Amino acid sequence: MTLPPARPPLPSDDKRWKLVNATMRRNGYAGHALIETLHSVQDAFGYLDETSLRFVAASLDLPLSKVFGVATFYHIFMLKPKGRHTCVVCTGTACYIKGAGGLIEGVQEHYGIDPGETTADDRLSLLTARCVGACGLAPAVVVDGEVLGKQAADTLVPTLEELA
Amino acid sequence: MHLEDLAEQAAHYRNEEAHIEREVRVCVAASCQSSGALPVLDALKSACDSRGAGSCKVKGVGCMGLCSAGPLVAVADKECDLSESLLYRDVTPEDAPEIMASVCGAPVERLLCPTDQPFFSRQQRIVLENSGLIDPDSLRGYIAVGGYAALIQALTEMTPADVLREVTASGLRGRGGGGYPTGLKWSTIAKMPPGQKYVICNADEGDPGAFMDRAVLESDPHRILEGMAIAAYAVGASKGYVYVRAEYPLAVERLELAIRKAKRAGFLGAKVADTQFAFEVEIRLGAGAFVCGEETALMASIEGLRGQPRPRPPYPAESGLWGCPTLINNVETFANIAPIIREGGDWFASIGTEGSKGTKVFALAGKIQNTGLIEVPMGTPLRDIIEVIGGGIPDGRAFKAVQTGGPSGGCIPEAHLDIPVDYDSLKTLGTMMGSGGMIVMDETSCMVDVARFFMEFCMSESCGKCIPCRAGTWQMHGLLDTLTKGQGTRADLARLEDLCEVVRATSLCGLGQTAPNPVLSTLRYFRDEYEAKLLGDRAP
Repeated sequence: MTLPPARPPLPSDDKRWKLVNATMRRNGYAGHALIETLHSVQDAFGYLDETSLRFVAASLDLPLSKVFGVATFYHIFMLKPKGRHTCVVCTGTACYIKGAGGLIEGVQEHYGIDPGETTADDRLSLLTARCVGACGLAPAVVVDGEVLGKQAADTLVPTLEELA
Repeated sequence: MHLEDLAEQAAHYRNEEAHIEREVRVCVAASCQSSGALPVLDALKSACDSRGAGSCKVKGVGCMGLCSAGPLVAVADKECDLSESLLYRDVTPEDAPEIMASVCGAPVERLLCPTDQPFFSRQQRIVLENSGLIDPDSLRGYIAVGGYAALIQALTEMTPADVLREVTASGLRGRGGGGYPTGLKWSTIAKMPPGQKYVICNADEGDPGAFMDRAVLESDPHRILEGMAIAAYAVGASKGYVYVRAEYPLAVERLELAIRKAKRAGFLGAKVADTQFAFEVEIRLGAGAFVCGEETALMASIEGLRGQPRPRPPYPAESGLWGCPTLINNVETFANIAPIIREGGDWFASIGTEGSKGTKVFALAGKIQNTGLIEVPMGTPLRDIIEVIGGGIPDGRAFKAVQTGGPSGGCIPEAHLDIPVDYDSLKTLGTMMGSGGMIVMDETSCMVDVARFFMEFCMSESCGKCIPCRAGTWQMHGLLDTLTKGQGTRADLARLEDLCEVVRATSLCGLGQTAPNPVLSTLRYFRDEYEAKLLGDRAP
């Protein structure tokens, strides 16, 4: 008789772990629910840290190497915390043709951060995306989840400045 | 459930709305939402309430196509003719009272968007027939326009072989870009021994510059479920997955709601429409990897693995998800199924060209007047799409090239614009249909830089499994970078061309095999721009 593998205890009493656990339970703790689980960790915590990767690996009975492999393979998973605000510049073809490069340069110049980086005061992260599907409004950026179309560097930077 | 019962339901839903004198439709697809459609919807709703109870209805609908003029609002008055709606563009919440107060025959002139312009009149809508007309969150709305009738018809009046025959007769080819005959694919899976089979809808629309699938999912999600269910019935599958990009949260939300509602109404589940046919659908989220649009990589991702492709054969039709026979089709392919069952395969085959039947949805973007979504019959000349429907190039600039097929496609110059668009004609030009993104470039775009842009994309999206793609895209990007900076030599250019050939011939999957396409096609048509960049010469 084989016993089901023991589930690890929650890493802390942070309530957000319960959300993560719920996702795994809903999928019967199956290994193929790994991506769903990582999505729910990122939704809850904003990024994937070592504690969460170890917890997910143990819960789903997967080698940590595999979990780390999946987490680093997909662009959407972040292994570092993001700033309080995020500015995602779309670098799809339509946005590129219409000047996404200028938007990135504008933010780089003003804040001194490159794509993938966060300002020293943790206020803003600059990210890029492979097409957010708003090509009709190119060039587009996504600021804190809201898509802003037809942007230029001199409209984008003031928008970012207004964020608290 | 019989067809008559469903027709009765549909008539009942239509009757419930019979007293409505004015219907106001606000586009709430992602693009218009980004332009501020939700406040407009709210403002119109409150203006409608104050106009008088029951006589008007304001609803959110899917994409109307002309994304660049959003938020779009359509007003249909019974007094005039409900089918002839007025279209307003760039609407703000402040315009709501004026729109609501306007009477039939005296519209708000300053906001009018003429619907007799070629952008609308030249289209033929099959995939998008409900888009912009029905509320995507409403199952009743879908049933009222004849939704799920094709599924019931297939289940109660047709055998799986009948369905296969219609789909084969339609001549429909896969809309994801490959153009594989859909009927043939379905028949292969249907012939596999009975047992667990899967149906997957590929909604991992990764091509930058393509947003057709997103619009279909956001505008008419039930149609995808209906198409998948018909496919599952035809091939003998009982479980389906929709693999959607996580970058499309609105599409995911609407699809989730549609699945819940369809289940509750018995169009999905253990006994679909009270027959013995069972079909469940689940959503799987992508996580931002372009290569997952490749079918074997997509299946690996559904299995919770890294999205890396594997060699074919065996094809998914034989050994797919968890080793079971699996049918994978694109969103737009599934969206064509219900009309084919409803109107018959011969009807569908009467539209389009010899080798490419039906219509195709294109996403027009870039340096073009009317950016947005269009659906035209296969075989429409490129020039018509760009100059007539798309309204040409803005700011008085000259057309330079149109890019189709995303990072796997190529650029078409002015000289070939008169070609009728279908799968085969685009291939002869060294590009491909792809999923339907069309990016227009004007004279300000440098084609060497465009090639570098796509190579950078392929380089960072290469999954790293096979060496030609992993190392080749990196090397080609380096060479293109040198060339764009004007530091390249003739030897660099020759090496680039050699590498294109090697990577094309030896890569494992479609991503690598087609990665050289943007370079090859720009070299073919715009070689002078590469030459001009050599040895420090200035480029246009």
